[in-house]
Amino acid sequence: MTAPGGVRATAAIVARGDGRGGTSLPVLEGEGPLALRRTRGSGTEARVMLVGAMSGPLGGDHFTVDARAEQGAALWIGSAAATLALPGQDKAAARYDVRLTVADGAELHWLPEQLISAHGSDLYVGTRVDLATSARLVLREEQVLGRTGEEPGRLTSRLTVRIAGRCVLDQELACGPGAPGGWDGPAGLAGHRAVGQLVVARPEFATAPPAARVLADGAAVMPLPGPAALVTAVAPDALRLRRLLDAGLASLC
Amino acid sequence: MSRAALLVLADGRFPAGGHAHSGGAEAAVKAGRITDAASLEEFCRGRLHTGAAMTAALAAAAALGVDPTGLDRAADARTPSPALRVAARKLGRQLMRAARATWPHPELDALAQRFPKGAHQPVVLGLTARAAGLGPEDAAYCSAYEGVSGPATAVVRLLGLDPFDATAVLARLAPELDRVAQDAVDAARRAMTDGVDALPARSAPLLEIGAEVHAGWPVRLFAS
Amino acid sequence: MHLDHSHHGPSAVSADAHRPDGTRRALRIGLGGPVGSGKTATVAALCRALREELSLAVVTNDIYTREDAEFLLREAVLPPERISAVETGACPHTAIRDDISANLEAVEDLEDEVGPLDLILVESGGDNLTATFSKGLVDAQIFVIDVAGGDDIPRKGGPGVSTADLLVVNKTDLAPYVGSDLARMAADAKAQRGELPVVLQSLRSEEGVRDVADWVRARLAAWTA
Repeated sequence: MTAPGGVRATAAIVARGDGRGGTSLPVLEGEGPLALRRTRGSGTEARVMLVGAMSGPLGGDHFTVDARAEQGAALWIGSAAATLALPGQDKAAARYDVRLTVADGAELHWLPEQLISAHGSDLYVGTRVDLATSARLVLREEQVLGRTGEEPGRLTSRLTVRIAGRCVLDQELACGPGAPGGWDGPAGLAGHRAVGQLVVARPEFATAPPAARVLADGAAVMPLPGPAALVTAVAPDALRLRRLLDAGLASLC
Repeated sequence: MSRAALLVLADGRFPAGGHAHSGGAEAAVKAGRITDAASLEEFCRGRLHTGAAMTAALAAAAALGVDPTGLDRAADARTPSPALRVAARKLGRQLMRAARATWPHPELDALAQRFPKGAHQPVVLGLTARAAGLGPEDAAYCSAYEGVSGPATAVVRLLGLDPFDATAVLARLAPELDRVAQDAVDAARRAMTDGVDALPARSAPLLEIGAEVHAGWPVRLFAS
Repeated sequence: MHLDHSHHGPSAVSADAHRPDGTRRALRIGLGGPVGSGKTATVAALCRALREELSLAVVTNDIYTREDAEFLLREAVLPPERISAVETGACPHTAIRDDISANLEAVEDLEDEVGPLDLILVESGGDNLTATFSKGLVDAQIFVIDVAGGDDIPRKGGPGVSTADLLVVNKTDLAPYVGSDLARMAADAKAQRGELPVVLQSLRSEEGVRDVADWVRARLAAWTA
């Protein structure tokens, strides 16, 4: 539960094919810590950066990002910097909801920088993706447990991906102090301080699914029960994690 | 209900194929992450609160009568590793054979016909409990316990670990297992009204990755 | 819940002689015996001897999964789709006797995928003298020992030696080199087994697997009669 005193911030993005081969952004509304900026896109694509105007989320905050790529749109969303989860003054948990919706024939890249769980923080991230049958998606989430040399905060992150209404991925990661036991043990993270997921969904995968592949001791490409694949990776730090996820993405292209 | 039926179903010698699966322990031993009783305990604890918590809730929901096809899809979505999906269906099919011979029931027949190559094992387990006249708590306990007893037995074979130490690990996990089973039943009851999204989805990254590494080995002792 | 009713759909009874579509299933013969006694070599020789006249397939139960299956594949005794490896979690005797569920899936999948089949050979990984097949899995079993393992094995007995439908004493060509007394082995086996048959064979000799193949043919004739 978020505390009444926390910051509530919402960002809304709607992208639409402009009929001339480009993508327009009829809705681009951010506020406070979720300020948005349109940057130069490439080709048909519209690019949007999340530019945090203040640090956060702090305990008690509730952020929501709602992005929709409508028919014909190619939308790319990144962030200018890592998101830093910090403790609040009243020990309350923070919440960050991400809703991504992609229509038939549209494409979304959701590639924010890392989420860093600072010591003492407590954050729940819920990411819900709804894809139409012929929608395309590249989504990356990276969790870094603690700033350098620091114990992590508590972080719970649930990622669900639906394609044509059917859930193909429902996965929750819980780590840090207070998380259910064994999260850092030999089954969980085994001391790794960076963990990430990359989801690629493409209609072509329905007929030609990608092969399962081990990328390294701590990373694998896994075809999901639907036209999508997940790359899961663990690494000692954010830099090495990014390399593994990049290698996973390259292997799916 | 018959308490003795629970003992039959939960018996490690129940002939449903579990003996050939290490629950990810073989990969973790090879990677050097399980080396002794202490690391086995942490491994089992992690598995208990992730994969086993999920299978326990699925089993409890199936035992309550939640639609098994929907539960099977929920299990698929919660099992990103294709090697683990294959193992879960294989074990589901083997359990189905044992269950139909042990506690014949039309719901088991219907599920076998709907999934001739096997439904996810916890879904079959829940229906088996139902056919045996057992309840959701029983199904959740069976599934959660299998989730830790399988790796413990496998590590006795893989490392030559003292079997008394391995059994003591399971005994130390018992209070946590009680909580996991109770949470699983609570989640299963919520799934009756709110749908399968109410079921837990907690994952253990190295279990998923390790399962894929293991599936690629040309030579191994255990099927998963 | 009603527990007393008939059930429908795919067979739930493992020893059932018929497949779900009503046709007779393949005869299943198990081959067990200690490590290194020549089970896989006997399976390979049987495949070569019978593959022209019968539709057959093999299930292996390795300690290290796939080792024996790989051998059969390398030797090309059967097309790869007719060889299936069951993983046993380091315990072949569990997979062939105590919990036969994985083996039953394997034999049924072979019948579905490459059938119709006349014969399925189920080979155990090398195990000890007490390891025998469940009657729920196979219709008959062959226990393979060899002269180099010690000529006192028939005398010692054990479930494999004394109850298998056929006892094969393999590698008779080695007897002079390892000091094994073939006559004594045959007599001890007779004492343990009564009327149950014993075959002494050397796969290096001209006769090779002939006697065992003839025994298999006779079992098959009885099965399909």
